[in-house]
Amino acid sequence: MQLIACPWCGEREEAEFHYGGQAHVPYPAKPADLDDEQWAQYVFFRDNPKGPFAERWMHAAGCRRWFDALRDTATHQFLSVHRMGEEPRA
Amino acid sequence: MTVDAPARFSPLADWQEAFGRLPAGFQVRELPFLTQLTLRVSADSPAAKAVESVLGIRLPSASRAELSEEVKALWLGPDEWLLVAPADTGAELVGRLRSAIGEEFATVTDVSAQRTVLSLRGGLTREILARGCALDLDPRVAPVGACYTTLLAQTGITLVVRAEAAASVWLLVRSSFAPYAAAWLVDAATEYGGGAG
Ligand SMILES: [Zn+2]
Repeated sequence: MQLIACPWCGEREEAEFHYGGQAHVPYPAKPADLDDEQWAQYVFFRDNPKGPFAERWMHAAGCRRWFDALRDTATHQFLSVHRMGEEPRA
Repeated sequence: MTVDAPARFSPLADWQEAFGRLPAGFQVRELPFLTQLTLRVSADSPAAKAVESVLGIRLPSASRAELSEEVKALWLGPDEWLLVAPADTGAELVGRLRSAIGEEFATVTDVSAQRTVLSLRGGLTREILARGCALDLDPRVAPVGACYTTLLAQTGITLVVRAEAAASVWLLVRSSFAPYAAAWLVDAATEYGGGAG
């Protein structure tokens, strides 16, 4: 099983984690000003790169904390993990 | 019509006999009704220092437990600890902690019914746990005081190493999962003899 390094707990089995999708998606500054298409873009549409991707993960069966990870979507390799707000965005 | 006062029973009250038939190198005992408090506080904050002065310990860092005093502190997360104290001391301990915290920010919540505590002892403990727990409990990796919240045979546990080479371990398991965990432990020990089956 793949190991994922929780920034608090260290390496744990993949089954202990939940995936939280793309990281750093900003909440709209003025949500009321968005039309339906713009709102749908914010709610539903995400990048889907082949290669490094900044994602949110949660250590669900451990410390239960969300963290950010940079993962290569082609190889599943985690390039880096960091605590929320701790490091500049990847 | 009268209603009887509900009797308190522990999640594994029915498992004593099965535990009694385990092999010599693996003793399992439930420590029922221990007081368990969830403490949420920022490490090194004034509130954390107030808690530490009441308990006479430093709150442990990640993946560690502080076992030296009567009230044990188990790290659960970066701003979260589980305080484990003798049975029936919860109200008094909550009161002492809250009055020490005063106007500073922390929460203390009695969660004693959430989990039960299993005491595992003996030279086979590490080997049997390895059948369902991916973490390395070698003493070089998991010395006394190591504290891990993880999975054992797919159920969530908090594991505390209490003696060298995991010859004594606490398993904290949620009450509704405790019979499953007990059944798994008894089954995992079957091949070591002792008439567990
Ligand atoms: Zn973690």
